[in-house]
Amino acid sequence: MRNLKLIIQREYLARVRNKTFIIMTFLSPLILVGMFALIAYLSMLNSSEQRIIGLYDETKMFASEFKDQEQVQYLDLSGKTFEEAKKMVNEQEYYGLIYIPENINWDVEGVQFFGKESPGLGTIQAIEKTIADRLTRQELIERGIDVNQLNEAKTEVRIEIQNFSGERTSKMSNYIKMFFGGAAGYLLMMFIIIYGNMVMRSVIEEKTNRIIEIIVSSVKPIQLMMGKVLGTSLAGITQFTIWVLLAGVLAITSFYVLGIDIFTVQKSQLETVEQIAQPEIAQLVMDVINLPILSLVIFFLIYFIGGYFLYSAIYAAIGAAVDSETDTQQFMFPVILPLMLGIYMGFFSVIENPHGSISTIFSMIPLTSPIVMLMRIPFGVPWWELAISVGLLIITNFGVIWLAAKIYRVGILMYGKKASYKELFKWLKY
Amino acid sequence: MENLLVAENIYKQFGNFTALNNVSIAIPRGSIFGLLGPNGAGKTTLLRIINQITMPDKGQVYLDGKPLHPKDIAHIGYLPEERGLYKSMRVGEQALYLARLKGLSKAEAKERLEYWFERLQIEGWWDKKIQELSKGMAQKIQFIITVLHRPKLLIFDEPFSGFDPVNAGLIKNEILQLKEEGATILFSTHRMESVEELCDYMALIHQSNKLLDGKVSEIKRAYKSNTYEVGLESENNTVLLNELKEKFVIGNTNFKSINDDLKLTIQLNNGETPNQLLDYLIGKARINHFVEVIPSVNDIFIKTVTQNA
Repeated sequence: MRNLKLIIQREYLARVRNKTFIIMTFLSPLILVGMFALIAYLSMLNSSEQRIIGLYDETKMFASEFKDQEQVQYLDLSGKTFEEAKKMVNEQEYYGLIYIPENINWDVEGVQFFGKESPGLGTIQAIEKTIADRLTRQELIERGIDVNQLNEAKTEVRIEIQNFSGERTSKMSNYIKMFFGGAAGYLLMMFIIIYGNMVMRSVIEEKTNRIIEIIVSSVKPIQLMMGKVLGTSLAGITQFTIWVLLAGVLAITSFYVLGIDIFTVQKSQLETVEQIAQPEIAQLVMDVINLPILSLVIFFLIYFIGGYFLYSAIYAAIGAAVDSETDTQQFMFPVILPLMLGIYMGFFSVIENPHGSISTIFSMIPLTSPIVMLMRIPFGVPWWELAISVGLLIITNFGVIWLAAKIYRVGILMYGKKASYKELFKWLKY
Repeated sequence: MENLLVAENIYKQFGNFTALNNVSIAIPRGSIFGLLGPNGAGKTTLLRIINQITMPDKGQVYLDGKPLHPKDIAHIGYLPEERGLYKSMRVGEQALYLARLKGLSKAEAKERLEYWFERLQIEGWWDKKIQELSKGMAQKIQFIITVLHRPKLLIFDEPFSGFDPVNAGLIKNEILQLKEEGATILFSTHRMESVEELCDYMALIHQSNKLLDGKVSEIKRAYKSNTYEVGLESENNTVLLNELKEKFVIGNTNFKSINDDLKLTIQLNNGETPNQLLDYLIGKARINHFVEVIPSVNDIFIKTVTQNA
């Protein structure tokens, strides 16, 4: 036990003192915020671009329908010949030319768009809708239907979702749950890959440095492996804690800027919030506040530890089986695969149906459960499902660590031998 | 003679490959024991078994008469052949860590490290990183770490590989000094001259089998062939040579001499003594040189290995 503590201490310090670790811990939140800002800025830049689209309308019906918008300006070229109009659009580098043939009423497919490059989907949809609306109106009038009456008769429904404990929720809140669950699941995957890789690199380092035999003459290989896994996980928890604290500071600051005092807001005090802020923002804030943030953070840690132990034991065994990082490729794919599967399963099936059988099954299978379950947690998961999922994860951990330790024990003392799967299987029996 | 370490009937297999086949060795307390063998003979596997890094398939190792126990690690110091240190850790920090893994307290480890750093004249290295040191310098640190916890049994696997002659000499003297202080030393090598110089006992392992072991002087005695190297001066060397050839097995040899000698090795017949040879030669020539030919460990090694190939 004393040695395990020493190893954990050394491994932890080796990770935390690493320059990359320090930089990543404090820089990546900045990079993240910066990236969002950049995306927002770029999409603003993109939409401020002015486009001119020429209109060649043989029916003379549509010129008034195409109204200039902030980004698109329509230019009626129907006065010219079609060839002239085309030439002009090309020479002036307009965005494109809409051609509406005379017999449009009977042949809706005759509308054409000419342009240097194929136009964006949004632009095309807008043009199609404008023409279709006009034609529909024409049809309605011809059939003697009053357009105003029709518009008045249209109704709109917004379902208000409410759970049994009476909390109000909305479609928006489902997106927020998905966002937080998805972010947590994705972060967990990144953590597992990053910290698993750290463990693997550190095993390879000890092998290539040839210090390994000096150490295993003092401690059992399993002690070294577990010390490494534990020490590195503490570094991960340190990083996560720093990020949660930074996010907390950021959240409180932004709430303060929005004019909401986070410390006085209670779940039932929606009205207070509504009085202060705009209703939509208030609802958004309430949705975020109503999220099980605490249990999300706690289960993030539980699943991080469980999932990380599972995978980093495998990473450690891989590190022991190879002589250099370049040899790890053949073993990496089977490790990454279940993680990827978890992410995709999460994004596709949890959005669709957070409590459906696929989501439930994948949140039980230990290789994917840390990711999928985290995505489900914001939607509310019964405690017994959590218990089964965590229980299975723990049991699998024991099995995998036991197998990994066997490979590790043999692998660390093998030099210059490129291990195959067959070889690894043999090591299990040594 | 009391043995500090006894390994009895050790078997070890890796898959279909037999690394050790019924190997037994006994290391007397306070001796220097040389484990010899060509590369791949199984020396390192045996050392790993003694260090409890690998478990034998069959057989038992005893330390001080008791079966080896995990906590005996504290009584053994091991300098493996494949040795290195953490590149990015500082020398002092690293030495402290490794010493504490051997069971020393922090204060104790620090005190002893300071003693050894001074003794090997490397006081200024404490805060250096290993990557700033040369290979020989790093090996000094490894040596210190091996002996720091004052183990009863010291195991060196190819201790002199990678050392320059000055440092090799320094380490050799330290090993002898440790022996004086009561340590028992096991070292494995394929460099015969170091066995010749240092070892009291030896064992020879070849292709997973132990071919021979015992006291170095006794092995040499067993391997000597009753042969003498002589330098003779006579009036007619050719006549003398022919005369000798009839009575003994004669071989060629060379040694430094200021005289115009007939240089020969003479192997005596069974039961004959060197005195009888001298008696015989005295009447025939002037004897300038007369030495018993003692086989070197290298000769014994080559002879045994080729015999068993």
